[in-house]
Amino acid sequence: MIDLSEFHDVFFEECFEGLDIMESGLLNLDGNGADSEQINDIFRAAHSIKGAAATFGFDAMSGFSHIMETLLDEMRDGRRAVERRGLDLLLESVDCLREMVNSTKAGDTTPPPVVADLTGRIQQMLAAGPGAVAAAPAKSATAEPEQDGAPAEEVVAAESAEKSADSVAGSRNLWRIMFVPFEGLLKTGNEPARIFRELAQLGILEVKADTSCIPALDVIDPEVCYLSWNLTLGGDMTRGQIEDVFDWVTGQCELSIDLISGELPTQKAAASLSVVESVEPPVAATDQPAPAAAAVAAPASVKEESTVSEQTESSKNQTNAEPAAEAADGRAAASTAAAKDNGSIRVGIDKVDALINMVGELVITQSMLSQIGEDLSRVDSIGLERLRDGLIQLERNTRELQETVLQIRMLPISFAFNRFPRLVRDLSNKLGKRIELKLTGEQTEVDKTVLEKLGDPLVHLVRNSMDHGLESPEVRRASGKSEVGVLELSARHEGGDIVIEVIDDGAGLNRERILQKAVSKGLVSANDDLSDERIYNLIFQPGFSTAEVVSDVSGRGVGMDVVRRNIRDLGGNVTITSEAGQGSRVTIRLPLTLAILDGQLVRVGEQVYIILLVSIVESIQITAANMGQIAGRSELYRLREQYIPVVRLSELFGVPHAVTDLQAGLLVVVESEGRRVGLFVDDLMGQQQVVIKSLETNFRHVGGISGATILGDGTVALILDVAGILNECARAQESKDREFPRLAVA
Amino acid sequence: MTSESTQVSRENDFIPADEDGQFLTFILGNEEYGVDILRVQEIKGWDKATPIPNTPDYIKGVINLRGTVVPIIDLRSCFNIGPTEYGKTTVIVVVKVLGAKGERTMGFVVDGVSDVYTVEKSKLKPAPDFGGNVSSDFIRGLVTVDEKMVILLDVDQLVNRGIEQAIEAGSVH
Repeated sequence: MIDLSEFHDVFFEECFEGLDIMESGLLNLDGNGADSEQINDIFRAAHSIKGAAATFGFDAMSGFSHIMETLLDEMRDGRRAVERRGLDLLLESVDCLREMVNSTKAGDTTPPPVVADLTGRIQQMLAAGPGAVAAAPAKSATAEPEQDGAPAEEVVAAESAEKSADSVAGSRNLWRIMFVPFEGLLKTGNEPARIFRELAQLGILEVKADTSCIPALDVIDPEVCYLSWNLTLGGDMTRGQIEDVFDWVTGQCELSIDLISGELPTQKAAASLSVVESVEPPVAATDQPAPAAAAVAAPASVKEESTVSEQTESSKNQTNAEPAAEAADGRAAASTAAAKDNGSIRVGIDKVDALINMVGELVITQSMLSQIGEDLSRVDSIGLERLRDGLIQLERNTRELQETVLQIRMLPISFAFNRFPRLVRDLSNKLGKRIELKLTGEQTEVDKTVLEKLGDPLVHLVRNSMDHGLESPEVRRASGKSEVGVLELSARHEGGDIVIEVIDDGAGLNRERILQKAVSKGLVSANDDLSDERIYNLIFQPGFSTAEVVSDVSGRGVGMDVVRRNIRDLGGNVTITSEAGQGSRVTIRLPLTLAILDGQLVRVGEQVYIILLVSIVESIQITAANMGQIAGRSELYRLREQYIPVVRLSELFGVPHAVTDLQAGLLVVVESEGRRVGLFVDDLMGQQQVVIKSLETNFRHVGGISGATILGDGTVALILDVAGILNECARAQESKDREFPRLAVA
Repeated sequence: MTSESTQVSRENDFIPADEDGQFLTFILGNEEYGVDILRVQEIKGWDKATPIPNTPDYIKGVINLRGTVVPIIDLRSCFNIGPTEYGKTTVIVVVKVLGAKGERTMGFVVDGVSDVYTVEKSKLKPAPDFGGNVSSDFIRGLVTVDEKMVILLDVDQLVNRGIEQAIEAGSVH
């Protein structure tokens, strides 16, 4: 007996993957109307979960997914309309199934109570029968045009029944297949006749060759395929079965598979995207026996237009490699990207290949250098020259290798964005608002670690926007805006940063209320002349995150400080701009990667510290005339009409033997969150890319230090925590302010 | 017997009452101290450390141990046994320390390593309560080897209780 339990982890993994596919598929169906690929994806995911669960003996899970599958199957075959009610139910079921997977994973296989409820509701829906289609045929058919290639089977059948001819009697579906092979088809060893024979096994086949392209006999190339075919296939088969037959010739022909109805030949021709102009008019228009079917009992009330639109849609979903409608493409890309997010990273093979190549070169360079090293016993100028060349090359290789390795950690931000369609859908239902979610720049790549930590802050921001920013349809109408609010999530690269924005076209922030609150909380003084920006960004203050603020101010209170803290932990910052009545825009700016940053080495006494380049504004030599002192203690430096406090690193860190004469050293002006301070150091040294290593791993947090890194000579250098030093500085300032009230310092 | 006891102590990270343990001993001044050998990761020569600002003097700083940043504690000055003279035999004993934050790696600067003893649990004497720089909390017990007294340290207690608290209290920031 094989112990299956070792495969459980893989099973759970696949379940979650499948559930994600189902969820995003269902959401796409909801937003964009049905599309056969989408339903098939969902169906396949449900099917594999069912199969796998049964294999492992998780009967509750397989039973439940079976019921879901039944419902999906009806949608897939077009026996049931894809409408909101069904989708809602399926989404709930996905959640429920996820819960079941989770609890099973935790070792508890008893199904949660909600299973019974959902099972009941799905069964009820199933029992209501395909009549669901008939009940609202026109609406459903036009609203969500089609699902599978087999969508309108009853519909078609009903209509064709009237025109029924004999040749393909007994079949339920009638397919028109346009098969236009490229010239080289025969050279690849594919034989159309064999394809037709296989098709004939599926049902009743009519083959009509189009010979119009055959050239004169003297120029004919016997190896070229000049023929194209119109096929009519009747019988009880699905699009997938037909596609399978053509599997071998995909990419070597133009292929269109349409479900046809004898009544609508012209629309069909127009609808078909890839039909080559020269092809004969569609079968039904010719003297071919009109399609016929012994109709399955089908609603006679179905309107003609619905059939048309279904077919129009279905013809868009060509099976050949031609790109489908752009939207569908985007969806496909999104669902591929959504595939997985766990401890492992799926990496493009090209990235790995590049890496392998780099390592190869590195090895060569290294062996070259060691060779020279051995030769160094007889040092001469040529040897040195070669050594230098080798070192330069090694440096280049190493840098490229480093960049490539970093590439591997990069993932598209769609991993973080993917959860939002569902969240927005659910929350807008709950809030009774109509909100359209726009995602842009989903393919922007971000470091995996950044990506993981970005999720929660983004959820916070999106919820805030939906809850407090975007207004209800009534309010929006009253203020002359479209009823549907637009919430946009965008990502893009800007310099070495990645910029993520959450934009809504809602009411915007209420400047006065925030100001009042800030004054009452003592965060600012009422007399302060504050820019709008300063005021809006006050909402990121911890004091604003209390519950009463949420109802008090126009919202945006809950956890904004948490958002800022999370973003800051990632080495980024977050700002907000807003315009009353026009909406607001939260901008998150993050470093591309956490792994490696550019650092400036500075010397204080005998110690070397590193200041991250991003926080340095400029480095200046101190002019004595610009130095000022307050109360004999705080030193200030006048930099272009702005006074900035000076912090002597040697004093802050107690470093001996440091330069004390201000004019003998340098002032490094650093900035964090709009505040500036000048760090007094002895000297600037080189710049270096630094890999941040935490001091806390083996030691503890140290004030003013954000971490450590290893220098070229193997020693450890500490990295300054600029934000921390600034806070320290501000605290020191405050305590001095108390002694000397109202001492305003820039 | 020895291998058995090794097995057990690895699981518990403590020597069970009826088992023996192996200890690596080192010299501080005229005294000999020991740590559980299973905690010792490696012994390396003394290398200059990068000082960490605003920490007690006995935190010598951090060193690069094959890419890991490891803090170095000078046990001599920690125990107030006169100033350390860094010489040829001065070594760093790198140990694993278990605590609330999980496993940490730290280095102890000692005058030199001495020996490895297998100590029978029954011969382990509890440390008497005494004042001074080394609290009896940090001592797992005393043992006599060749008429010498060896002080067996409890590194977890020493680091988590003793050193951490001292830094906490003394920290400027």
